[in-house]
Amino acid sequence: MTEMVFGAVPERGGEPILPKWWRTVDKTSMSCVLLLFVIGLLLGLAASVPLAERNGFPPFHYVTRQVIFGSAALVAMLLTSMMSPTMVRRLAVLGFLVSFVALALLPFFGTDFGKGAMRWYSLGFASVQPSEFLKPGFVVAAAWMLAASQQINGPPGTIWSFALCVAIVLMLAVQPDFGQACLVLFGWGMMYFVAGAPMLLLMGMAGMAVLAGILAYSNSEHFARRIDGFLSPELDPTTQLGYATNAIREGGLFGVGVGEGQVKWSLPDAHTDFIVAVAAEEYGLVLVLILIALYTVVVVRSFLRLMRERDPFIRLAGTGLAAVFGVQAMINMAVAVRLVPAKGMTLPFVSYGGSSLIAGGIAVGMLLAFTRTRPQGEIADLLRGRGR
Amino acid sequence: MIRTPLRPLARIISARDKGENPKAIERENIRRRHKNMQDRARARAEGRLLVLGVFFFAAFVTVGARMGMLATSEPSEPAVSFVDTAIAMQRADIVDRQGRILATNFETHSLYAQPPQMIDPIAAAEGLVEIFPDLDKGRLIRDFTGKRKFLWIKRKISPEQKQAVHDLGDPGLLFGPREMRLYPNGSLAAHVLGGASFGKEGVSAAEVIGVAGVERQFDDYLRDPANGNKPLQLSLDLTVQAAAERVLYGGMKLMNAKGATSILMDVHTGEVISVVSLPDFDPNDRPRPPTSGFDPSVSPLFNRAVQGVYELGSTFKIFAIAQALDLGLITPHTVIDTRGPLRWGRFRITDYRNYGNEMTVTNVIVKSSNIGTARIAQQIGAEQQRAFLDSLGMLDATPFEIVEAQGGKPLLPANWSELSTMTISYGHGLSTSPMHLAAGYAAIANGGHYVSPTVLKRSGPQHGPRVLSAQAAAQARNMLRLVVSEGTASFGEVPGYAVGGKTGTADKPKPRGGYYDEKVIATFASIFPAHDPKYVLVVTLDEPSENTGDKPRRTAGWTAVPVAAEMIRRVAPLLGLRPSFEPAKGAAITLASQ
Repeated sequence: MTEMVFGAVPERGGEPILPKWWRTVDKTSMSCVLLLFVIGLLLGLAASVPLAERNGFPPFHYVTRQVIFGSAALVAMLLTSMMSPTMVRRLAVLGFLVSFVALALLPFFGTDFGKGAMRWYSLGFASVQPSEFLKPGFVVAAAWMLAASQQINGPPGTIWSFALCVAIVLMLAVQPDFGQACLVLFGWGMMYFVAGAPMLLLMGMAGMAVLAGILAYSNSEHFARRIDGFLSPELDPTTQLGYATNAIREGGLFGVGVGEGQVKWSLPDAHTDFIVAVAAEEYGLVLVLILIALYTVVVVRSFLRLMRERDPFIRLAGTGLAAVFGVQAMINMAVAVRLVPAKGMTLPFVSYGGSSLIAGGIAVGMLLAFTRTRPQGEIADLLRGRGR
Repeated sequence: MIRTPLRPLARIISARDKGENPKAIERENIRRRHKNMQDRARARAEGRLLVLGVFFFAAFVTVGARMGMLATSEPSEPAVSFVDTAIAMQRADIVDRQGRILATNFETHSLYAQPPQMIDPIAAAEGLVEIFPDLDKGRLIRDFTGKRKFLWIKRKISPEQKQAVHDLGDPGLLFGPREMRLYPNGSLAAHVLGGASFGKEGVSAAEVIGVAGVERQFDDYLRDPANGNKPLQLSLDLTVQAAAERVLYGGMKLMNAKGATSILMDVHTGEVISVVSLPDFDPNDRPRPPTSGFDPSVSPLFNRAVQGVYELGSTFKIFAIAQALDLGLITPHTVIDTRGPLRWGRFRITDYRNYGNEMTVTNVIVKSSNIGTARIAQQIGAEQQRAFLDSLGMLDATPFEIVEAQGGKPLLPANWSELSTMTISYGHGLSTSPMHLAAGYAAIANGGHYVSPTVLKRSGPQHGPRVLSAQAAAQARNMLRLVVSEGTASFGEVPGYAVGGKTGTADKPKPRGGYYDEKVIATFASIFPAHDPKYVLVVTLDEPSENTGDKPRRTAGWTAVPVAAEMIRRVAPLLGLRPSFEPAKGAAITLASQ
């Protein structure tokens, strides 16, 4: 009777999107990323002023741009994290195809901005670096292939994804951009490791790498000199690394004070590759440790959450995204303290750079989408009596 | 193990017997195998993800620990460790072609501190800040009262400053003798000399190393004690260089240009007598090099004469004409079809003005017709044009002996098509440095021999391989003379010195493709005296605009040519050239007997 009078009660299928998202998303990691972005802005206020001054802009030109790109990145992150894994996969694979083509066409239509490496498309008001967008897309596409290869009668996805990986690494090496190439290779390796690479193969590869390193060291003078220079305790104080190391030392525990830092005036890449040095000088070890802790929380939490995941695709894609994110942050900071040889790599969410910010936002959004709490069939397991 | 595949087969057979669909059983079987496989994969992945998590955690902790170790360690003291190593002193002087000093060494002192020996660090810091206002007092006090045992305060100080510091009387403030590089002429020839800075340094000596220009190029020679302190003699002439810089600076301001360069070169020896690039700097106080994200070509450190590659416009026409004369394709009186516009695919070649339907070759140069030159270049062809420009050294960086010259690599078209051949013939599509252009003009001026530009003094002509026949070179020279006497470079006439030359006004390319309408590179490449040329002078102005008329005039004839003429007027006497005047017709000498 009620229905006849008032009409049927409208009923929605499933839970509304926002409450469901809020209930299932990894709120800790998300807060960490937001904090990282805020710290990035704080450091941008210090680190990008010299660059703006050199290029004849108002002092906070790059901070303003960072806020604009950062807001776009955060919106992209939130939207992506609300999608279902299937949706993420579809969009990511499409994005991958587009950025793959864009990367392949770089030698013909790209610009190098006089820096000697063809990495950018110039759009007039901003420039786009396709390799930044390629990374998350490639991780998802490769995870899809690797997961498909685990199906019975599935396609040989491992080989396909490896071939794709090699193709991308070659294209990046041509630019040349060895940092990104290493990241892509490393991301694929991590996924293959989690997908169940045979132990024998892993050990063989490790052995080969050591052997190749020894051979290169004994045969190539250039390589040997770089390694020796890296291993030697003395450091030429007029190199970028020398400045960075001295800045960290000057900073001490609590830093020399906001705006008091000197290193940003001497380092050309203070706002990108060596932003950690600026952070260490002005805010001291404390802020650097907070930065490291934030990255650790995001990466390690993601791995722990993925351990529960039963869908192979989600597990692999999440692994790859978290690994790439973590390694990029780690290498950037390790260069500043001379744990690894110099390598141009930005600090995700903290360094200045439009492409890197937005692509980072999308990548972390995907990671958050993959690490959302999902029913994993535990009850079915209990019912069947094979729960663990 | 062997039973696993058999069991479903048995079930399928029995199902078939009962008339059930065996496909369902097969599917169920695959589903179960799949499930088992996934469970195994998941168990393995769980372990490996844990390994990864631990690995990343450990790696981040390592980075953090290392950061902590660095942050709590003392800043390094770079200088102390070098005190023992012997530092080679005595850098050789650099002199001009007459032996006048361009760069020499100068005794000076460095100032350093040993805080543990200080009596009153606060007073010392206050005293120092009074003497050196650029020092930061707070920082000095912190350094002096902290744990540091050694720090540099100033790399070089003047004798007055040394006395003032000495009068502070603090035993913790010490002086170290060292030599510094001094350029007594200030910014004169700054781009050639480059500059020097300190390399390894200790409290008792410091090593002077070249950072740019000849100081860097000949660093090993200048530092080598085996040379017995013999000075490095350059081809530059100090007086001519000073005059050229003065004139060029005035011309740059007058023509509202943002940069300018001039090269004066001996056509037989290739010696560069003067080379100026403006804006310039003082090598005694070399500015910081520009950093990334910054257009290096606006820095005063940028050497426009050798590093800057520009499309130099119509000055290139004479190369096409000279080559065609050499190949016998044309004579100076051949009539060329100059009906415009000349269409080539989607591309149109036009002239600055319409000069009529046909012209002689001489007039093509004198009036500077793009269409005429392009037609002649078509006859020459891409292969031969490329080979000729290569023989003039236009396709590689110049061999000019300063380190920056390697940066001036010409920009060649990706595909040397017939259209490229046509545009290059009038100076578009191939970007070279003004130094390349000077070397090319020298070949025409000296009768057809390539000479490589050099900054070192030479004795006698250094003719390289022949690139043009003497006759073609002479015909080209006559045309260059006519350009000045009755063509586009009429402001270039300098009484008595028979200047010849060719103007070139090239639109500047935009960094992202296309050309600016209102920004040009104006060039005048000249030779003098035209009947037997001794010198070639290239003057290039960057974005000039001559504003005395109704609307701004930007062509080289209005901008670069008058500047070059004034420069020739000033430097030709300094070079020892005598003006030769033909007696005027009306003023013939009247014999006394009549």
